[in-house]
Amino acid sequence: MNIEIEELAKEFGTTRALHPVSLSIPSGALVALLGPSGSGKTTLLRVLGGLEFPTSGRVLFGGQDATGLSVQERRAGFVFQSYALFKHMTVFENIAYGLRARPRKERPAEAEIGRRVNKLLDLIQLPDIGTRYPNQLSGGQRQRVALARALAIEPRMLLLDEPFGALDAKVRKELRHGLREIHDRTGLTTVFVTHDQGEAMELADLVVVMSMGRIEQVGKPAEIRAKPATDFVRSFTAA
Amino acid sequence: MSDIALTPPVPVTTEAPLIRALLIGVALIFVALFLFAPLVTVFVEALRQGWVAAIDALRLPDAQAAIRMTLTIAAIAVPINAAFGIAAAWAITKFDFPGKAFLITLIDLPFSVSPVVAGLMLVLLFGANSTLGGWLIANDMPIVFAFPGIVLATLFVTFPFVARELIPVMIEQGRAEEEAALTLGASGWRIFFTVTLPNIRWALLYGVLLCNARAMGEFGAVAVVSGKIRGETATMPTMVEMFYNEYLAVAAFTLAAVLAMLALLTLLLKSLLEWRHADLLAATRRH
Ligand SMILES: Nc1ncnc2c1ncn2[C@@H]1O[C@H](COP(=O)(O)OP(=O)(O)O)[C@@H](O)[C@H]1O
Ligand SMILES: [Mg+2]
Repeated sequence: MNIEIEELAKEFGTTRALHPVSLSIPSGALVALLGPSGSGKTTLLRVLGGLEFPTSGRVLFGGQDATGLSVQERRAGFVFQSYALFKHMTVFENIAYGLRARPRKERPAEAEIGRRVNKLLDLIQLPDIGTRYPNQLSGGQRQRVALARALAIEPRMLLLDEPFGALDAKVRKELRHGLREIHDRTGLTTVFVTHDQGEAMELADLVVVMSMGRIEQVGKPAEIRAKPATDFVRSFTAA
Repeated sequence: MSDIALTPPVPVTTEAPLIRALLIGVALIFVALFLFAPLVTVFVEALRQGWVAAIDALRLPDAQAAIRMTLTIAAIAVPINAAFGIAAAWAITKFDFPGKAFLITLIDLPFSVSPVVAGLMLVLLFGANSTLGGWLIANDMPIVFAFPGIVLATLFVTFPFVARELIPVMIEQGRAEEEAALTLGASGWRIFFTVTLPNIRWALLYGVLLCNARAMGEFGAVAVVSGKIRGETATMPTMVEMFYNEYLAVAAFTLAAVLAMLALLTLLLKSLLEWRHADLLAATRRH
């Protein structure tokens, strides 16, 4: 599903987190929001997910105005920066949460829930951890469980906030490929936030460079490398 | 185990063993002198004339009425304040709104106001001399010197306990898990019961137990508002005082002992719950 962002602005009191920004995300793309800390990446992602309402502007999902839709109605799979796994539930229950939360008519039967959770555990290549609690997992495992939990609701898009931020360098590299693979297999339009230009350039089809609440440049990694639109983009992507 | 035994334990403090023993000793003596001894005295005094006299004292209609009154008050005040406390802590920690700082101060008010003053405020507000009180009495709904007044006084003095326990825990936990549940399609109520409540249950339990202990033990505010009418508005603490003033030592101390046992029971309940759920407690502790 393609996402259109039209003149979107967000203010927190007197802080302008987003100046009006516009962006077109083609269906099925893997997009990186790249920028230094405080540039408005998280805010933009949260507005897409419905966790934050814009001060002005519109968001369209598949051509339909989604600006007024509630979080639940958006059906966006969201992976939070520190994963926000439910500490008091097992991995199985974490992943099943979205299915159990459905209205009774649409809720799958218990056997079907089990089947789907196990399928997702296979997808993230952690078939045997269903009975564990989040604090019994490594950082990389937590990230993958968070991803599986987000995928369980059969989301219309995938939104990830610094999905590799809390991981050490080696695990980071591995999980980059993991995300790419899951994206390619599900075909979901995916937006992830990062402050690491290497990560954005390696992984994304489309990189959106942000600074101080504005979009500086949008393009394929190679285009941004070859023709940085502003001095900021040049210096930030040179690192 | 064996390799641990071979290496001597590394001391975490640098104090000499003598000083350490001294500090522990002082703490133990303090606990014994100021906590344990008074508690034991209550039971000793209650049983001074034997079990029969103590049980007879509990059979007094005034004592029975007081026990019933205190249990009823706690049964009403504790759930109400648990609900209020959760609501207040939820509002304060999960939302931003104008007047938030004022609300936090307001929650602490019952801690800083003397209970006697709290009782007097209720008397002034709802007593026969106020317009509201006069109207209430004329319509057969007396509050002061009656059951509703005692409930209100108890609610007032025990209001902060649950909220105070919950606020720091909820601030520390932030909103991330609730937001995650939201993105997974859960409704507000489902999020509250499946995410928020399980995350705060230990703090909530502790707050409820403290609230309960205070609700059963409150003296000052209740004494003023209830008028201490025997068999009608007297609670256990106020009845203990009245027995004591009438030199009915056995009755006073027996009732006091029951009150103390109710408090100990609450503590026991808490320990029991913590012990039963120790593994879950460990599993859900923050990493
Ligand atoms: N809830 C909030 N309240 C006030 N200011 C906020 C809030 N969220 C973000 N901001 C501000 O908005 C700006 C952009 O923040 P954010 O989107 O988190 O940036 P990034 O994710 O790129 O680091 C920052 O100046 C930040 O302080
Ligand atoms: Mg951020």
